[in-house]
This record gives sequence, C-alpha cells and structure tokens, in this order.
Amino acid sequence: MTVVEDLAPTPRVEVKPRGADRRERWQRRLPLLPALIYIVIVTQIPFLVTVWYSFQNYFWDQPGGAHWAGVSNYSTVFTSAAFRSALLRSVEMTVAAVIIAMILGVAFAVLLDRKFLGRGVARTLIITPFLVMPAAAALVWAGPMLDPNFGLLNWLLEPFGVHHVAWLSTHALGSVIVVMIWQWTPFMTLIILAGLQSQPADTLEAAKVDGAGAFATFRELTIPHLRPYIELGILLGSIYLVNTFDAVRLMTNGGPGTSTTNLPFYLYQQVNNAFDVGGAAAAGVVTVILTIIVATFALRLFARVFQFEEAGS
Amino acid sequence: MTAATAAPIRTTSEDPRRRREMAGKVGWGVVAWVVSIAFFLPVLWMVITAFKPESAAETWPPQFVFRPTLSEFSLVFSGMGPYLTHSVIATIGSTILVLLLGVPASYALSVRPVKRWRDGLFFFISTKMLPIVAAIGPLYVIALKTHLLDSIWLLIILYTAMNLPLAIWMIRSFMLEVPSELLEAARLDGAGRIREITSVILPITTPGLVSTALICVIFAWNELFLALNLTITNAATMPMFLISSVPQEGLYIAHLSAAATVASIPVIIVGWIAQRSLVRGLSMGAIK
Repeated sequence: MTVVEDLAPTPRVEVKPRGADRRERWQRRLPLLPALIYIVIVTQIPFLVTVWYSFQNYFWDQPGGAHWAGVSNYSTVFTSAAFRSALLRSVEMTVAAVIIAMILGVAFAVLLDRKFLGRGVARTLIITPFLVMPAAAALVWAGPMLDPNFGLLNWLLEPFGVHHVAWLSTHALGSVIVVMIWQWTPFMTLIILAGLQSQPADTLEAAKVDGAGAFATFRELTIPHLRPYIELGILLGSIYLVNTFDAVRLMTNGGPGTSTTNLPFYLYQQVNNAFDVGGAAAAGVVTVILTIIVATFALRLFARVFQFEEAGS
Repeated sequence: MTAATAAPIRTTSEDPRRRREMAGKVGWGVVAWVVSIAFFLPVLWMVITAFKPESAAETWPPQFVFRPTLSEFSLVFSGMGPYLTHSVIATIGSTILVLLLGVPASYALSVRPVKRWRDGLFFFISTKMLPIVAAIGPLYVIALKTHLLDSIWLLIILYTAMNLPLAIWMIRSFMLEVPSELLEAARLDGAGRIREITSVILPITTPGLVSTALICVIFAWNELFLALNLTITNAATMPMFLISSVPQEGLYIAHLSAAATVASIPVIIVGWIAQRSLVRGLSMGAIK
C-alpha cells in the first residue's frame, strides 16, 4: 500500500522543546487564517441565515416581509411528499450515475492503459465530455441528440427497431442520468488511469513470471492497488453529482411531473416559482442535516483513503 | 509456458502465440478507439450542427452532407460580448484569489503544519459537502442587502469559496512532495518563512499550482446555478448566454449548437493542451 502513503504522507511535524512558545504557534497559524476566515464567512454565514429564515414566514410575492413562524415550515417539509420524492430522486440519480461512471471509468482506464496506435488522441477524445460546459451538454443532449423527430440517437438506433422515441418524456430520469454519466466517466477514467500508471511494473512482471493470468492479476493485484483511487473518485464524483442542477433544469425542467425533480431543482423551484423563502430554507436545513450525516461517513472514508489515522500518530 | 514469456525473446512473427498476442493487441486498440469515438460523438455532433444552416439542422434523417455556413456563429458572436467579459473576469478573478488564499493555507497545513492541521483540512472539504443550493434564497437576500446582487464581485467571491477547499487539498498534496532536504537547506541558509515559500516551495510546486488553477478555471467557467440565481445582466456569464440563446419557438437547433460550441470551446482547448496537468491535479498529486 505504498501509494496510499504517496497520497498523503505525514507532514513534517517538528518536535519542539516543551516551552514551544505562543509566537511560534501563531506564526504557524497566520498563513492559514485568511483562507479559514474567508471560507467561514462565505460558506457558513449564508447557512446561519438559512436557519434563521427557516423559522420565518417569508414569501417574496407578498408584502410585509418576514415574520416569525415557529416550526411550521419544518412540519410542512416533513409532511411534504414532494420533498421526500425529491430527496429520493437525488439519491437515485447520484448513486446510479456515480456507480456506472466508475465502472465505465475503470473499463476505459484499462483500455487506455494499453499501448495502441493513437492512444493520446483516443484519451483526448474520452476526456472531452468532462470539459464541455454542463449547460451546453444538457442542451445538446436535449436537442440534437435526443429529439424524437431529428435526434441523432434515434437515427443510430433505428436499425435496432427504435422509432422516434421521445426520450425526455418516456425515459426522462434515464436520460438525465445518462448525461451525468457521460460527463463524469472521463473524470473517473483519469483518476483510475493515474492509479494504473502508478502501479509498480515489477510487481506485475513478477505475477506474470509466476504464471498468473491477466484476469487473476487484475483481481488480485490491480484492484486492491486501485482501491484508494476508486474511493477518491467516488467521493469527489458524489460531491459534485449530488448537486446536479443544469441537466435537470435544461433537459426536463424536473418533469414530466416530478419524475426528475431532485433536491437542488426542488429548492430552486421553491424559491423561484413558489417564492417561498422560508419553506425553501427549512427544506435546505433538513437537506444540510441529512448531508452532514452522509458526509460524516464520507469523511471517515476520506480519512481512510488518505490514512490520516496512522499518519497523524 | 512461464519460461516462454520470461526467456529472452527469440520468437518471430511466425510463432502462433505471438501472432495471437499481436492480434489481441490490435483488437483491444480497436475497441478503445470505438469507445473513444462513441464518447466523443455528442461533442462532434454539436460542432457539426453548429455549421449547419437552420433548415438542415432539424431534418429526418439527420443530414451529414450540407453546405457549411458560419451564419449562426456570427449571430452568436454578435451578442455574446458582455457575457464573455463577465465570464473571463469571474473565472480569472476567482482563480487568482483561490491561489492567493490557498497557497499560504496549504503551507500551514503541510510544510509547517498547525497543531490541528487534520481538523482544518477536514473543515475545508466538509464545506464542499454542504449543498449551496440549500442556501440560495438567503444568499439572494444577503446579496440584495449588501448591494452585491448582479455584480461580478459576487460571482468572484462565491466561485472562490466554491473552489478553495479542493484547491487547498491539491496544493497541500503537491507541497508535501517538496523534498525536506531542500527546505532544511533553505532554513540553514537563514531563509524565513516568506523566502522559504517564494524561493523553494513555489518554484517546485509550479506544475501543481497550474493543475490546480486549471481545475478551478473549469469549474468556475462552467458554473450555472449561482449565476442564474444571482445575476441578471450586469454579471451574466457564458452559461447564461447559452441559455438565453434558446428561443421559445421556431428553428433554433443550429443556433443553439453554435452557442454551445462557442461557450464550451475555451475550456475544451485549455483542457486538451493541459491534459497531463489535469491528470496530475485530479489524482491529487499522487502521480508525477
């Protein structure tokens, strides 16, 4: 597990004599403070304000401003079927997209790790979807690719008996997930490729000499070696994909019905269409609490990936 | 069997085993190419459609042979000036700010770490897990009250906060790779912390900083949600321009494709050129 150490070697903590003075401690802290204060102000204050608004009755389209509402916003959130459905949809989308993107990413990385003619060009083509602006990707998929009347996909699938399917009305959730996968598979591919290329060649050589087949080598040596990379990819992918908004807003607008309304889009609607700042804030607070619960596990995983437990002691 | 592979190569192309291996290699190469092209196809189709006249863009079957035109592009270029300016300012401004804040912070979490560096690191990454969408209503109100609504400064401030945590993780991992002998030598020469950073750490970590900046640029350039909710005209960015290019009726697919191509192309080209850098950044400096 040498790679893991590469990923997060212990900082060089110098052993100081007992009376390590305050001055030294502050000199160490000083460079950290600007970034820390910045992040606390910009990310934490809006959330504190969110908590405050979540106890207010505040509609943008009604005069009179905000007034105290107790926990009524929260009882609405907890009894709201729309919120539960959006929550479920978020989980479905994120889990499906991350897992499939990771499986494809591993497959593509293995393909790209072999030498073949034009490998550099092929890699360039594969990473491109990650670079495409998500709003552009959503619009291009919704129009030129998936349109029932002139979309390229229907034309490509016609020989297989598919005739003018209106993907965005009949398979809306699947379509959105496909675009998420399309954009994030390159990301997974790059991380896994980095992992494959950091695999020591002599170990693989030794396995070959010992008569291990390609598949056995992959399962016994490569997969364990890739584990921290896979975990890193899943973590970063989830962090970004759970906030998917562009694809939902621009491909399906949450529909048909609420079939593609995930949490980000639901909250957006609450504020922009229902003008319900208080209700959206309460839903936001609940979302944040749920996220913190999931994130606690995720952070533990992060700690394992980077082996901080051992590194620190 | 084992001996054959391990022994010095004496085989010729007549050797059936070797020939099979060659065939296998070519076969996998073909598979890799097919997959790559399939993945690239939507991008290719976007660019092809952008060169079509509107009447050729919405046909069945799709047209592959047509008289290419730049008319949609010129239409796109004519309207995008202010959006482009806003995007460039927000992207570059926030990336510079990320580096200015991130480099010292990473130093304090790696080279000469504060006591609770681990908590600091986790605090930063944990802010990435808080969904910004949850606070969008209050964020709007705050922006309104501080007179930052629809201003480019607001986007710079928010994009910096959006990218800073990941940037700190990346920069830190690059700083840990600076050989301790070099730092030791600099200290013996009497270099203070500032000199240690400017003359030892920065030159060595420059490629890593470039990777980090690149990833910040990608995320800032492509960001839609905050721009959509918090800007109207004075700070509207390229993703907003793209959305505004979709009319409610009529033929618009070629125009849309041209706008999507123009909006995406800067980041695509930068990403293509800096592929290695991108890989280095994403794998958190795990490979060199």
